[in-house]
Amino acid sequence: MNLIYGLTTGILFGILLQRAEVLRYDRQVGALRLMDMTIFKFMLCAIVVATCGIYFLKSLGMVSLSLKATSLGAQIVGGTVFGIGWGLLGYCPGTAGGALGEGRLDAAWGLAGMVAGGALYAALYPLVKATVIPIGQLGKISLPQLTGLSPWIVIVVFAALCLAMFRFFESKGI
Amino acid sequence: MKAKAWNPYIAGSLTGVLLILSVLVAGQYFGASTTFARTAAKLEAAVGVDTSRMAYFTDKGGKYGPESLPNWQALFVVGIALGGLAASLASGTFKIQRVPPMWAARFGDRPFWRNLTAFAGGTLLIFGARMAGGCPSGHGLSGLAQLAVSGFVALAFFFAGGWVSAKLLYRD
Repeated sequence: MNLIYGLTTGILFGILLQRAEVLRYDRQVGALRLMDMTIFKFMLCAIVVATCGIYFLKSLGMVSLSLKATSLGAQIVGGTVFGIGWGLLGYCPGTAGGALGEGRLDAAWGLAGMVAGGALYAALYPLVKATVIPIGQLGKISLPQLTGLSPWIVIVVFAALCLAMFRFFESKGI
Repeated sequence: MKAKAWNPYIAGSLTGVLLILSVLVAGQYFGASTTFARTAAKLEAAVGVDTSRMAYFTDKGGKYGPESLPNWQALFVVGIALGGLAASLASGTFKIQRVPPMWAARFGDRPFWRNLTAFAGGTLLIFGARMAGGCPSGHGLSGLAQLAVSGFVALAFFFAGGWVSAKLLYRD
């Protein structure tokens, strides 16, 4: 059943990504070059809507969080390496398959590279685990826990920042 | 005839609803990058590598080992490809394209360099994502939707790294 849910959710996500043109190299690299903010608009709207729903359902006890542990070393070094690769490929792990689906053949080379990257990481994992991951460990923590604020205050501030960004993007026509 | 693109604010908001439903119904947050590490484990095991001697594939009870596939996320990643195919065919926007237009305008339309760069980019990107513990789906969408500190830090550096790399590639 879990596999059916995964496939169905993926198909629906793929349709939304494809129809909003978020799968395209030109949109992804356009965002990194600050020329076309389509993917920011898509992503930030998804986050604002989802965070409201998830924190509301959590307050009713209907869902639970699944926080990833914070390691500043891992997220800063790993995040930067990811970003450099993202700029070269122009697709991300979630969108590369969808890009291939809409006929973008270069995405197939990206997908092959990703499997190679997984093998490379597994080979170097003992080294990374001993050096980078221990730096700045804060545990599985959310921003409301870190700041002591109510999640709803954090959500309102975050949503207001997103709206301000959207107004800026639209005023610049990007 | 080609259909017009959907408004990104609306399509993004619907994606938010989809994530809520996925967590509520299946208990699953979106993510993609571990599928590639697991595929590597599967392939290594298939060609005779002893993955039981590799810490990454045995840690956390073999969470990333060859036996972890298939799972929810692997089907999710396959589903995205099928959804992209179906939506592009239905809307008349399916197009066999070897080199993206922006790349072609800067570097020409020979697929060789584009494919080599795509492969190298893919390798770096999953290496970085596995170190960071997620990609723009896992850390970005799912992490920020939970207001996770790890998500905010990772997403900031995804964009910082991407900005530098796009800047170097497309410098004036």
